[in-house]
Amino acid sequence: MENEVPLIKVTIDGQEIRVPVGTTIMEAARQIGPSVAPPAMCYYKPLQGSGGKCRACLVKVAAGSEKDPRPMPKLVASCITGAQDGMVVENFTNPEVVEARKGVVEFLLINHPLDCPVCDQAGECHLQDFAFENGVGEKRFVEEKRTFEPEDIGDKVQLHMNRCILCYRCVYTANQLTEKRVHGVMGRGDHAQISTYIKNSLESDFYGNVIDVCPVGALTDKTYRFKSRVWFSKPVDAHCACEKCSGKVQVWYKGDEVIRVTARKNQWGEVEDFICNTCRFDRKKTSDWVIEGPSKVARNSVIAQNKYGLNQGKKPEFALNYAAKNFKGIDDARDYNQNLDEIKKSEDYKALMQKNDKFFSKEKSLK
Amino acid sequence: MANDIKILTEHINIPGIETFEVYRKAGGYNAVEKAIKKMSPDEIVEEVKKSGIRGRGGAGFPMGMKWSFLAKPEGVPRYLVCNADESEPGTFKDHYLMKNLPHLLIEGMIVSSFALGANKSFIYVRGELMYVVRILEKAIEEAKAAGFLGKNILGSGYDLELVVQPGGGAYICGEETALLESLEGKRGNPRNKPPFPAVKGLYQSPTVVNNVESIANTPWVINHGGEEYAKIGIGRSTGTKLISASGHIKNPGVYEITLGLPVDEFMNSDQYLGGIRDGHYLKAVVAGGSSVPILPANLFYKTANGEDRLMSYESLSDGGFPTGTMLGSGGFIAMDETTCIVRNTWNFSRFYHHESCGQCSPCREGTGWMEKVLHRIEHGHGTMSDIDLLVDVAKKIEGNTICPLGDAAAWPVASAIRHFRDEFEWHINHPNEATKPGAVYMGAEILA
Ligand SMILES: Cc1cc2nc3c(=O)[nH]c(=O)nc-3n(C[C@H](O)[C@H](O)[C@H](O)COP(=O)(O)O)c2cc1C
Ligand code: SF4
Ligand code: SF4
Ligand code: SF4
Ligand code: FES
Repeated sequence: MENEVPLIKVTIDGQEIRVPVGTTIMEAARQIGPSVAPPAMCYYKPLQGSGGKCRACLVKVAAGSEKDPRPMPKLVASCITGAQDGMVVENFTNPEVVEARKGVVEFLLINHPLDCPVCDQAGECHLQDFAFENGVGEKRFVEEKRTFEPEDIGDKVQLHMNRCILCYRCVYTANQLTEKRVHGVMGRGDHAQISTYIKNSLESDFYGNVIDVCPVGALTDKTYRFKSRVWFSKPVDAHCACEKCSGKVQVWYKGDEVIRVTARKNQWGEVEDFICNTCRFDRKKTSDWVIEGPSKVARNSVIAQNKYGLNQGKKPEFALNYAAKNFKGIDDARDYNQNLDEIKKSEDYKALMQKNDKFFSKEKSLK
Repeated sequence: MANDIKILTEHINIPGIETFEVYRKAGGYNAVEKAIKKMSPDEIVEEVKKSGIRGRGGAGFPMGMKWSFLAKPEGVPRYLVCNADESEPGTFKDHYLMKNLPHLLIEGMIVSSFALGANKSFIYVRGELMYVVRILEKAIEEAKAAGFLGKNILGSGYDLELVVQPGGGAYICGEETALLESLEGKRGNPRNKPPFPAVKGLYQSPTVVNNVESIANTPWVINHGGEEYAKIGIGRSTGTKLISASGHIKNPGVYEITLGLPVDEFMNSDQYLGGIRDGHYLKAVVAGGSSVPILPANLFYKTANGEDRLMSYESLSDGGFPTGTMLGSGGFIAMDETTCIVRNTWNFSRFYHHESCGQCSPCREGTGWMEKVLHRIEHGHGTMSDIDLLVDVAKKIEGNTICPLGDAAAWPVASAIRHFRDEFEWHINHPNEATKPGAVYMGAEILA
């Protein structure tokens, strides 16, 4: 074929992949899979220009390219950095990256209210996941947090600025999906806030999508607020013949009641098809929808808990990790100098080592 | 020695030099004539390369190299933007140059624009300096009336429109890509790089952004040649540099120095700063604007190897971060023993907290965090672990942000703790003494 894009070879955490020229490190890593894909709190593939802001996806480029194999001096944001032929990238395997990412988690949390118990996003919150997987469990910030009052920015959307991580996704969404954006970022630094200019309100058929793109509980659906914890509800894929959008949605049930409608999201939490406000806010009867069947839910998501038999008998990964870590602690303190060789030969030891390897290889089974 | 050659400020004391007539009589606009009538754009770029002049806005990137990176796709306009946002605490040299010698900048803009093939160029002036905007606009009118600007300059067929744009008063709009966003009428958030402005700058077109002082050097380079320029200065620090000096010195002000001038001479001779005010002695120096690492007096005068330090890019950065600093933008702040380093660090930190654009998490959150911790220490509520916390937060900001403001916020804190840790510890251990008005730690004795 004539206009086939040439392929380049990229190595990420030891795994090789061939991707078309122009692919970012993030996209290349995602093609390999979740075991090497950097976390992303601001990058959102469907939104042009997104990324580069949160710094969650920083990686080490250990070799720039085949032609110029020098390492890059600083960590780079993988979501906006193009891969080069022969590039070698270190993500979870690089201590510097792990350390910087701990820093990013901490930075995102210092002013965050952490009011998960009363936050609608809890259970499907990317900040929770990001902090849980990449952060440290203790806090060093003892200052007063900066706070804002909750604000209605439309009759259907409420803004909890305290929870916003300023990823700008909602701004890009409004820019790219609606005729006229009336909200944006006001102010600078840690006082910057998402707001509408002079008490405007969001009025456009596609404004509701800002709720879906928001990685945290900053923008919430007023027709759904406080109706249920997300893990008590059951998502099903459904569609309707909509004149404004594709009509492909997820309908969330609590018992027999439709409590909310959202867009469908892919493995990375990105919306597949943006949906219109009519589908989102107004079609809340089962008879409005053609139900396709239960949505696929990641096994390690709390939404999957006790549903569809998926998790029966399956221990949560973090518990296994936790046990493995502590077991290792005990193990290390033991004095096994005397008959180390003997221990090493034993089947038990080999099995244990194999298990250890598995836990620390960062293999995450998302499907 | 050509130790006091004045490339920029030679005519600054001529009365009326801010008017076209006087400036022209003193030899002004000769460079425009020479450039447009006798030189090709590429020849000018070549001269600027030969001069070895490095950007005077802070980063010190070779100007000729930057110019030669400018992409030149067919049918796309190219822009030259002059960065006159000057907001770094301690730096006030562009202000001085523009208000006293507006025509020097205009002349530089004309020859530089011609060299780069730009037909519309911008001067983005810090918003607080409205009166300078008016001075520049008046100078532009005069130059236009004399045929040096506008359509068909000096009958050569070359057109140039020069636009002066006041900013909104945000330090971050001095960062070149934030400046471009602001110039386009958007929120001044720095852009992700690449693409660099040389490829996609203003309105997605190839753009060169240069500091006022950098551009003001170009007429001299054209009049005398790049090689002559390169003879001035020392090593890769060619030419002269404007230093805006403030603090506890006898003669604060703006000085044009030849690069390579010994630090001792600059600090203590009567021709320059005249030393520290009587009865006091030098404690610390911020040599290039608030963002460069602070140095204690001993490391300022001599490098860690015991060599005398010079006012040059290389000598000031000798020793790297552990024992060196940077020439930066030339914002020179001298502090005597009455200066409380903790308070000063808090003050700088407050500035960066206030000026962060808030786009990327490490800078947005980290600058505020550092300010709050420093505020606590300064006001007698610090704990010992706060010191290491500050070092760690600074480390986690540095290098991990979109633009260098993150680094600029981290360096002053990290360097102050590196060189003055005992002072921080004293603040924490003696909250009652430390919070007395005017109290300063001075090793064994306490000034109070
Ligand atoms: C936060 C920040 C503020 C800056 N402010 C200025 C400024 O006020 N004036 C300036 O000339 N350069 C400033 N710079 C540097 C510019 O980004 C850019 O490097 C410079 O204008 C290039 O010109 P030069 O090569 O002639 O120095 C700033 C950089 C940063 C990161
Ligand atoms: S946004 Fe996420 S982390 Fe923040 S309170 Fe809500 S659920 Fe918790
Ligand atoms: S409101 Fe949500 S989507 Fe918008 S910037 Fe904040 S965190 Fe991002
Ligand atoms: S480093 Fe600071 S000023 Fe620069 S882009 Fe990030 S938040 Fe904005
Ligand atoms: S995901 Fe790359 S910086 Fe946010």
